[in-house]
Amino acid sequence: MNQQQIAISASGLTRRFGSLVAVDNVDLEIPKGTIYGFLGPNGSGKSTTIRMLCGLLTPSAGSATVLGINTKKESEALKQRIGYMTQRFSLYEDLSVKENLQFVSEIYAVARRQRKLRVQELLQDFKLVDRSKQRAGTLSGGQKQRLALAAATLHKPEILFLDEPTSAVDPQNRRDFWETLFELAEQGATILVSTHYMDEAARCHSLAILDEGVKVADGTPRQLGEGIASHVVEIEADDPNRARLSLMEQKEISSITQLGIKLRVLIPKTVIDPLQLVNSSLQSTGVTTKAEQVFPDLEDVFVAVTQKRREGTAA
Amino acid sequence: MKSLIRIFAIMRKEFLQMSRDRLTFGMIVGIPLIQLLMFGYAINTDVRNLSAAYVDEAETHLSRQFVADMTASQVIIMKQRVASVFELEQLLDAGSISIGIVIPDDFDRRVIERDRQAAQLLVDGTDPIILGVARQLSALPIKFDSQASPPKQADLMEVRNYYNPERRSAVNIVPGLVGVILTMTMVLFTAVAIVREKERGNLELLINTPIKTPELMLGKIFPYILIGLIQLLIILSLGWYFFQVPIRGSLIQVLGASLVFIAANLSLGLLLSTVATTQFQAMQMTFFFFLPSILISGFMFPFDGMPVIAQNIAELLPLTHFNRLIRGIVLRGADIMTMLDEMLALAIFAFITLTLAIVRFSKRLD
Repeated sequence: MNQQQIAISASGLTRRFGSLVAVDNVDLEIPKGTIYGFLGPNGSGKSTTIRMLCGLLTPSAGSATVLGINTKKESEALKQRIGYMTQRFSLYEDLSVKENLQFVSEIYAVARRQRKLRVQELLQDFKLVDRSKQRAGTLSGGQKQRLALAAATLHKPEILFLDEPTSAVDPQNRRDFWETLFELAEQGATILVSTHYMDEAARCHSLAILDEGVKVADGTPRQLGEGIASHVVEIEADDPNRARLSLMEQKEISSITQLGIKLRVLIPKTVIDPLQLVNSSLQSTGVTTKAEQVFPDLEDVFVAVTQKRREGTAA
Repeated sequence: MKSLIRIFAIMRKEFLQMSRDRLTFGMIVGIPLIQLLMFGYAINTDVRNLSAAYVDEAETHLSRQFVADMTASQVIIMKQRVASVFELEQLLDAGSISIGIVIPDDFDRRVIERDRQAAQLLVDGTDPIILGVARQLSALPIKFDSQASPPKQADLMEVRNYYNPERRSAVNIVPGLVGVILTMTMVLFTAVAIVREKERGNLELLINTPIKTPELMLGKIFPYILIGLIQLLIILSLGWYFFQVPIRGSLIQVLGASLVFIAANLSLGLLLSTVATTQFQAMQMTFFFFLPSILISGFMFPFDGMPVIAQNIAELLPLTHFNRLIRGIVLRGADIMTMLDEMLALAIFAFITLTLAIVRFSKRLD
């Protein structure tokens, strides 16, 4: 890829806190204008990685280049060009919505004449006009999140870092939020968003899966699905519980997830005919089942890659 | 230009937050008001009404006259008469009296012959101020009307009381209180200023913006300078109204000295703020600094009476220098130009602490 088209690149990025390795040797290459996801459970190093990329934390080893700027040495040059939405609401709760945006516009030293226009524009874009005089502390989760995103995009940054932006937001607000993100990406912004929701991760152009500070997989959602070393079999059963118990005895099966009356089963690709394996082990139970092989979704990928890593470290 | 916009942004935000935080707002006005009235009336080195008891073994006209004179001095309140010295000592032990008076049975003869002390004062010497009062009492003349008064001896020296002829403690206390109150509120306000943003998570947003550390620090200091001046005016005008403390020097000079002093305290507060991780810690550090400021700055006890080590430490405290400045200007009508070294000391203190605060503050989280 052309160097001009890369927004964020990192090599061997590592961060230790005492004996804990929060981020372990992470390599990244994120093209401009894309929405890139960090998927991982709590404590997987998503926030720490984002903080290193913003220049808030110094890497213990490795380096990162954001917009051609080394984050370790010249992080101040970066501040005007990036926006950062913290995991915890970090605007002033005792200021009103409008005052918060005004404050941010002054901190970024937006030209005097444009300040008012820009604040007004954001209030409209983020549906905060009728809340503009309300104290930020009394807003709902979704409103707070919109305000935080408005503040992070006020100075029209080239890269947006969003650290679990939707963790305190209802599903409708999440949908709206993602629509806004796509609009921003269309306007040319690069967006790095961390999440622990599979459906959100699936909406990213590409993503990295982090587990205990290690990047265990990356690529587009499709590439990730193709890349795992497991078949996915979906089984519909009239007694899923009994089916599940009998499948658990089958050593070849690496994971079983129950979704209502359906079971989702991961079987290593070393098994040539996964359907036959499933059917034969279910036959003895007498449960009526219907099994079919499906394309892995991100949850399957997540389970497969984290399990593989655990087994790898255990061995 | 961009710096000015950012400094102004921080200032405006601080004012907005202050005006919405009723507790802080109350402290700005309440602390000077309450402390001034409390200390102004309570701190009184001109002691009166000490509890006393006496033993009169003489029981003569003269001894009764003597007890009446003592009581008339208002320095003591005669609580009771007891039968023996032993009982007097018990009362002293119990703390129910501070002074006991023993009049021996040969009191009259002692007074006439003047060869020995006529009576005895038993004093609770744990408080040096009470001991001092007892010394005054012992100098009380005894009127012995039936006797020709002995020739009066002139004192070796005459005391002329400059600046405070009525010997009112408030005259000394009120200007000193300006410094004490400013130390407490100014250091505390800024000490929590940055820690609060840290605790509430605002700082993570702020350090990811192009704001520079000196801009942030100056934006935090300026609003509180104004607050400090408001407090100064409250204290001086109330001191003048309630305690008739005069302002003999120039008001402009008082303002000038106070400005430098306020800046010194605010800078110190910011430095503490960069060290502390919680508001509680910031408060503890403030009080660690506040107590010695009160005790050894010359606010409570005369500076010259302290050991050299304590004096040297006191020279490091802004309050010491400010006490000299404000008492000089307000009470003696001194010209600030004669005390430029004190101003310089304050300015150096402010400069060093502010520089340290800026150096210590990091726009990184590690």
